[in-house]
Amino acid sequence: MTRLRATMPSHVPKHLWKVTVLFVILLIVSVMASLAFGARTIGWDGLMDGLFSPDVQSHEAIVVRQRIVRTIFSFMCGAALGVSGALMQSVTRNPIADPSILGVNTGAALFVVCGIAFFNISTANEYIWLAIAGAMITAIFVFTIGSLGASGATPLKLVLAGAATSAILSSLVTAIMIPRTNVMDEFRFWQVGSVGAGNWDLIQLFIPFLLVGIAIALLTAPALNALALGDDVATGLGVNTGMIRLFAAFAGVLLCGVATALAGPIGFIGLLATHVVRLVIGPDIRYILPLSAFVGGIILTCSDVAGRLLGSPGELEVGILTAFIGAPILILITMKAKIRAL
Amino acid sequence: MTNFTMQSIIAAKQKRKRRFVWLTTLLASISLVLCVAMLMLGNTIYPVSDVIRVLLGEDVQGASFAVGTIRLPRMLAGLFAGFAFGLGGYVFQTMLRNPLANPNVIGITSGSSAAAVFCIIVLQASNTMISIASVIGGLITVIAIFFLSKGSSFSIGRLILIGIGIQAMLTAFINYLLLIGNTHDLPTAMRWLSGSLNGAKMETLTPLVVAVFIFTPIILMLSKRLAILELGEQTATALGVDTNKSRVLLLVSAVIILALATATTGPIAFVAFLAGPIAKRLVGHGFSALLPAGLVGVILVLAADLIGQFAFTARYPVGVITGIIGAPYLIYLLIRINRKGDI
Amino acid sequence: MTTAHTFAAKQLTSGYDERIILDNISLSIPSNQMSIIIGANGCGKSTLLKTMARLIKPSGGEVVLDGKSIHTIPSKQLARTVGLLPQSPVVPEGITVADLVGRGRYPHQSLLKGWTKKDYEAVAEALDLMNISAFADRHIDELSGGQRQRVWIAMALAQQTDILFLDEPTTYLDITYQIEILDLLTDLNKKHGTTIIMVLHDINLSARYADYLFALKDGQLVAEGTPATILTSALIDDVFQLKCQVIDDPVSQTPLIIPIGRHHTNK
Repeated sequence: MTRLRATMPSHVPKHLWKVTVLFVILLIVSVMASLAFGARTIGWDGLMDGLFSPDVQSHEAIVVRQRIVRTIFSFMCGAALGVSGALMQSVTRNPIADPSILGVNTGAALFVVCGIAFFNISTANEYIWLAIAGAMITAIFVFTIGSLGASGATPLKLVLAGAATSAILSSLVTAIMIPRTNVMDEFRFWQVGSVGAGNWDLIQLFIPFLLVGIAIALLTAPALNALALGDDVATGLGVNTGMIRLFAAFAGVLLCGVATALAGPIGFIGLLATHVVRLVIGPDIRYILPLSAFVGGIILTCSDVAGRLLGSPGELEVGILTAFIGAPILILITMKAKIRAL
Repeated sequence: MTNFTMQSIIAAKQKRKRRFVWLTTLLASISLVLCVAMLMLGNTIYPVSDVIRVLLGEDVQGASFAVGTIRLPRMLAGLFAGFAFGLGGYVFQTMLRNPLANPNVIGITSGSSAAAVFCIIVLQASNTMISIASVIGGLITVIAIFFLSKGSSFSIGRLILIGIGIQAMLTAFINYLLLIGNTHDLPTAMRWLSGSLNGAKMETLTPLVVAVFIFTPIILMLSKRLAILELGEQTATALGVDTNKSRVLLLVSAVIILALATATTGPIAFVAFLAGPIAKRLVGHGFSALLPAGLVGVILVLAADLIGQFAFTARYPVGVITGIIGAPYLIYLLIRINRKGDI
Repeated sequence: MTTAHTFAAKQLTSGYDERIILDNISLSIPSNQMSIIIGANGCGKSTLLKTMARLIKPSGGEVVLDGKSIHTIPSKQLARTVGLLPQSPVVPEGITVADLVGRGRYPHQSLLKGWTKKDYEAVAEALDLMNISAFADRHIDELSGGQRQRVWIAMALAQQTDILFLDEPTTYLDITYQIEILDLLTDLNKKHGTTIIMVLHDINLSARYADYLFALKDGQLVAEGTPATILTSALIDDVFQLKCQVIDDPVSQTPLIIPIGRHHTNK
């Protein structure tokens, strides 16, 4: 009986509480680091002043308060990308699905650059919708190509479809930009993938999307668990597979589209976060989803801190850093995968 | 009976040979026309006679500078890099028996590009140093990809995935270098990320030209072995091909010309990927498409550069044009392969 | 007729990576005859074949052709005497029958010289012998499994070796094609005197077509000889752990194995 319970899907993973506590500690550490490090390193006193003594107006306290915005923003982006990666992986039943690998980021980028170039769009409010639209169309396109043929959407097919699509889209982005220097300036600012531009307005804009996306994700989670057993089994368990796929994919694209619109293309967070979580907590998507948000936020915040330290006196864009950390993970997963599964 | 069969085989073979010779001549003529066009066209259009006089060393008012100093190096860079990309790409695709396993997709040109950028920005090295580094960068990338994809059993799918992963890292690294070098202006970035003939100079061309003249004959001499390697490890061994030695020889030769081409023009997007399949389709089976692949590479690069320079109001680097042409072909190829159900 | 060769394995130890599959095997292949290696799955049949055909480098012992270790013979020269058809050869995309068979001429051609009359003759002869001249210009992808296998054998024939190894040439084929392939190989052996060594799964077909059998078990040679002398129910029980009765094949008068199983006993 005990053994049976251990294998039941409703069973809470063994280390859930320990893991959660660990992640909370890591979160606090990364937030502290993000507040303290940068072009100018702030000591403990300055940190405390900035956080808890609103009336202290020392230079250090002001820097800390500025960094609070950036830190919240980066955590939100990381969370959105983490959940998005987890959703895409379970919808495609494919361990290496990630917005950047599927070319979704580039799709968002192309739409944003078209908006800037042809419709004189320049506010984040308008970017967001364009980026979401671009992300969605690209996701549908890539997934359609990648899942042609008898074996369905294998990792190899999806990655290749994503790489090819990215290549076309980024060529188009460049083609649109080259004759328009003004667009180039504006777009470059966006394209590098950085959380440095975060401000309260962007955060306010971000919150509703983030909440809707995560809510849909959590609602579809039990059905996604069934989907992991294959479409036939899921249907047998009473899941409307088409509907669930549609909703979960929508939430996934929404989250990465918004994050991309606001912060620029940042790759591999979804891949990294989900795999770290799966490693410690097991395959239950109901726990993977919320924890991926956590871990995504932590990873992006830490990468941002590292970027500030490595790039000082300026800063290294976080997108470069995440690609550098994320790509080896992709390679590792590939090396471990069975050939048949590719 | 045997006699009859023999006659029909010989007839079929001769028919294909005529086709091959005819096709190669045609491709070479198109390349030549494009070369001449590269020299004639520009802000001022010079007649062929002027171009020839400049090439013969005569001093022609105005034309000497424009043709001799600006257009000639640009044309030569496109000519030799295009040939190297086409030839090298075909070697990879044939040896790994998959058109997707080409230097562009699996990141070998990115490896050379990253090494070249590192030398330029961090070490501020000489041209010789850049050439050597780009070759080493390409070789290390190849070795890394093969080593990582060896695993318990080799699979081409795994190799391609790992190559894409390595390419993502290398691209991030190039971006980082461009950033710390404060050269994040678009033209430079374009050059090292997707290739451009802008700013080609005579003195930087030498290593590439020399390598193409040395390694093209070597690769062509190995073409029969390449055809046997296509039959797989076991059959090739049974037919008396020293598979490991042949692979290493072919790979090293291909990587050297690819790397030097990359160091000269940047990794011109998709040329190493496109040239092979196009040449193979044109030539058909039975003859090695190596030489035609090199010529198709030349045509792609020169034609794309002419389009980029003159077809639009703005001037586009060659890599943007080949990217827009090449990526849809990659998608088409993927759709075809996926439908057939095997990669 | 081809010349006679001595071809032998001496204290051969071989396997993949660290795993030893063949342990200290010695045997000698009878010249100008058809030999078949039999044994249960995983007993090392294929490894033995591949090691003898120099696809696997042995970790101990040597394979000797006419008194010389094959690893000291230049690979192209060796390929003019010893050929091999692997179990699942790779088909390049879009290749035609004549072109594929023509690639078997590789060991006879030099670096710069083109095709000679001898090359064409060998290809034409191989096509005719395998009855595939009619589709010389067809693409391999368009052929049936049986036709494809004949194309591959034709490629090995075009190589014109005195010794030919085949690794399960009849797998995945319908029984009709199995017989056809084995008949064609027998023709080759009878007409040209080619020494043939192959791995075959079917004991009864092995017994019918082989001049000489090698029985392997756990990397060891347990019996060798003509089918009539060595195929007994005791040997089958030893090699395959299968109870059986051995009767005379009414068609070829060779031994025929009748498996017993648990549900059917002798009346």
